[in-house]
Amino acid sequence: MSESVIETLPVASAAPRKVTRKDLTGEHSTWCPGCGDFSVLALYLKLLEKRQFPQESVANVAGIGCSSRFPYFVQTNGVHYIHGRALPFATGISLTRPDLHVFVFGGDGDGFSIGGNHTTHTARKNVNMTYVVMDNWVYGLTKNQTSPTSPLGSKTKTDIWGSVDQPINPIKQLLAAGATFIARTSSTNPNHLLQMMEAAVDHEGFGVIECLSECVHFNPGSFDAASPRTNGKFELIPASHDVTDEEAAYKLAAAPFPGYFGIFYKSSRPTKNKLEADIITAQQSKTQGKQDWEIMQASFGKMK
Amino acid sequence: MLACSNASRVKSGDFLYGEGCHFFARHQPVLLFIAMSDLSVTPPGASPNVKKISEAVIRFAGNSQDGIQSLGGFLARLAGRSEQEVMTFMTIPATISGGPSIFQVRIASGDVLTSGDDADVLLAFYQHSYEAHIGSLKKGGIVVYDSDQVQPNPELQSKYRHVGVPITNLTVEAIGGTSKDKGKNMYALGLVAKMFDLNVSKLEALITERFGSKEVVLRNSLLAFHAGYSYSLGNLIETFQFVEGHNKGMQQVVMNGNEALAYGLIAAGVRFGAAYPITPWTDVMEIMRRELPKYGGVFVQCEDEIASVSMALGASYGGRVAVTGSSGPGIALKSEAISWGVMAEMPLVVIDVQRGGPSTGLPTAVEQSDLNIAVFGGHGDSPRVVLAATSVEDCFYTAIEAVNIARKYSVPVIVLSDQALATRIEAFEHPNLQKVCQDISPRFDPVSEAKPYDLSAPDGVARHVPPGTPILNGKYPIATGLEHDEMGRPASPKLHGPMVAKRRKKLQLLGAELKAPETYAAKEGDILLVGWGSTLGPIREAVDRARADGESVAALHLRHISPLPNGLEEIFARFSHVITVEMNDEGLYGYGQLAGLLRSRYCDPKIRSLNKTDGLTFKVKEIVERVGKDAIAAMKKF
Ligand SMILES: Cc1ncc(C[n+]2csc(CCOP(=O)(O)OP(=O)(O)O)c2C)c(N)n1
Ligand code: SF4
Ligand SMILES: [Mg+2]
Repeated sequence: MSESVIETLPVASAAPRKVTRKDLTGEHSTWCPGCGDFSVLALYLKLLEKRQFPQESVANVAGIGCSSRFPYFVQTNGVHYIHGRALPFATGISLTRPDLHVFVFGGDGDGFSIGGNHTTHTARKNVNMTYVVMDNWVYGLTKNQTSPTSPLGSKTKTDIWGSVDQPINPIKQLLAAGATFIARTSSTNPNHLLQMMEAAVDHEGFGVIECLSECVHFNPGSFDAASPRTNGKFELIPASHDVTDEEAAYKLAAAPFPGYFGIFYKSSRPTKNKLEADIITAQQSKTQGKQDWEIMQASFGKMK
Repeated sequence: MLACSNASRVKSGDFLYGEGCHFFARHQPVLLFIAMSDLSVTPPGASPNVKKISEAVIRFAGNSQDGIQSLGGFLARLAGRSEQEVMTFMTIPATISGGPSIFQVRIASGDVLTSGDDADVLLAFYQHSYEAHIGSLKKGGIVVYDSDQVQPNPELQSKYRHVGVPITNLTVEAIGGTSKDKGKNMYALGLVAKMFDLNVSKLEALITERFGSKEVVLRNSLLAFHAGYSYSLGNLIETFQFVEGHNKGMQQVVMNGNEALAYGLIAAGVRFGAAYPITPWTDVMEIMRRELPKYGGVFVQCEDEIASVSMALGASYGGRVAVTGSSGPGIALKSEAISWGVMAEMPLVVIDVQRGGPSTGLPTAVEQSDLNIAVFGGHGDSPRVVLAATSVEDCFYTAIEAVNIARKYSVPVIVLSDQALATRIEAFEHPNLQKVCQDISPRFDPVSEAKPYDLSAPDGVARHVPPGTPILNGKYPIATGLEHDEMGRPASPKLHGPMVAKRRKKLQLLGAELKAPETYAAKEGDILLVGWGSTLGPIREAVDRARADGESVAALHLRHISPLPNGLEEIFARFSHVITVEMNDEGLYGYGQLAGLLRSRYCDPKIRSLNKTDGLTFKVKEIVERVGKDAIAAMKKF
């Protein structure tokens, strides 16, 4: 980098330039017209604009799927990783770079089938990040195969007679895994979607949102029952629900489709980020002021 | 089952250090092999019952729960503190509850390349130890057996010198009845200390350091040790004294290969690692989990190997190269993600501590059969770097080299070690840590633009700016596994060719920078033995023996497996036969894994291989026998 560039940099103390929606808009999105994922993207850009996170401080990580194309469409740091493994990749970022805002976007197959184990363990470890699952009940990118959330009887190219395997209930799954923030929303309700994303970002720990996001190509009308615009019902979680009550959350999650929307569960269990930082602080208090090589010299002193 | 001789200490080789580091000149070996049983010169004035020796191989055979390992460990550390060279070998039962176990230690005043084929002294704790291991003694060797447990075989009395000591009862007598079976190892240590005139105060210091925090254990250990030392062995056999070590004045450290890898990674500046436990890799992650926080780092135990490699890649993306590791089965699981690292050009270090395979295979035995998966185990065209450590000391420096290559070439680097190297203990020159330890913290200075996959970069290497770096033109690139354009955006197949070539060329450039290693013993001749990884020691000792018998044999040892160093073809041209020596199978076409790689690289039909798959390291005599002229002639059938 040339010297002149440094000189033209805004100095840190000067008011940072406002981050606009235009700044944040990345590649032209390639989803089918009408795909629910557009709405998730639009609201995410709105969130970034509202929060004014500097572009360089945001990292979006995704696996593989239609929904996982997400990072290309946002003008911040982005990672397009492998199918199902975005969460551990994002964990590597989160644990080593506490200064960054880490987001993971993906599909139902990515998060509950091939990456199911990672979802469980990232929840259990309570790694600080925000995870949005765009649940369309189908494998979109590979063109209409059964997904782990496809309702029984779904006709797909791998279940031409209708699916026979019991679908996963994402909210129950996340509760059992120990996720510390679990919300459910839909791409058809922009205000609610933004509200849930904001709450997840404000949560210290692993914040997960299951967002119904219709695949208009392979699953048209699948979520009609969840939107008043298509004569369905978008029923909010009752205000009386105690979000720290795991059993109550489990009961709400068991309601038949379209079920409830809102925050099912929230707890303030310490994050892995914090617990590991505490270990470091405790260990470093014993080696205070020592250079790295001196610490190793001391260890080698015992290996003679 | 007998298990013997291991490989090696290497003291030369090219090591690549990062910015701000210097090339190290490490001392060249001076060979001196006078086996204990060959040397019976008694210096004038010395008591006739004291023999001066320059080396000894001592094997302890018992059960793993008897503390055989810690007994051997004390001797290895004592040798390190006495400026002597040392190498150990051990077998551990695959079950947790214990079982027969051995620990062999070879101590010498000169260089030690292997842990020795045959033992000078066998210490047998049980009948099964006596029976299984008496054959590992040299002719005329000494067996010290626990006469409370062992009935010696009268037929063997003339072949080996038998010394019975009621170890069990004398230990109980020394410590008290409560500790039956505990402390026999310390009693034996005392016996050996007496037999070899070892430095008692240094041993006491070692025992105190080890058990210092446990008062009762320490007291009992010292009681048993002194009881063993006071036993009048001198009446039964002569005692021995080592001549002064040639490493005089040299500060040594004593550790095993897994420890050396872990500390090497930390010295290289690695502050994040993630893995899933698997033998024989696990110690590395245990050590790093314990050590990294002192340096401000973290090691995460993951749900599986795929999460581990992914987490390490995420941390590398964060700006500081990270590590993951495993053994064969776990390396297979990491393979998709490693190929992502190749495609996205993300630096990463992957340690593979090899064991017998495929599948669960031989979890606690050695094999070198992961060369192919390391070099070729990617989908698509996914060239990566593969290094192989040759000794415990080399584990330390190879870890540093791996980190620096990963950073310089923005590529995954796989380091091959193996079960034998992981567990054997060596003493080596204390590294100059102030010089060796590197700071590789990322920097986040603003840049005017970032185009990681720049096709016009002369070296073809991707340059990622870590997240957190302001990019002033506002264009933030994507790290991606899709074939991409220079910014990481999805590209048409038209760009695939140039991008594939870019990822290949940067490693060809690395290959061009690697100098061919020096041949050992001769620059030309009849037979060139080519080894890789932990077999350096037995191969070199075999060359020495074969040459003493008049054979025209030399050796070449490779640390860089992929890319291969430059100029090997010129070395091969100076020999009539090129034989790789490998602990793996000859495969469908009759060649070991390195031989296959070299044949495909050099199209040279004289490259053949000498293989073995018994889960044990090479014995020196095994190599010598198999490189005889007849054996070479027989190999020509392929
Ligand atoms: C290891 C691996 N297996 C399979 C695939 C093929 N694949 C890509 S996306 C996908 C499913 C995507 O479904 P989902 O995660 O629900 O995302 P959507 O496309 O519906 O948004 C599959 C099977 C792959 N890319 N990698
Ligand atoms: S296939 Fe379905 S999920 Fe994929 S972009 Fe089209 S509508 Fe969206
Ligand atoms: Mg889907």
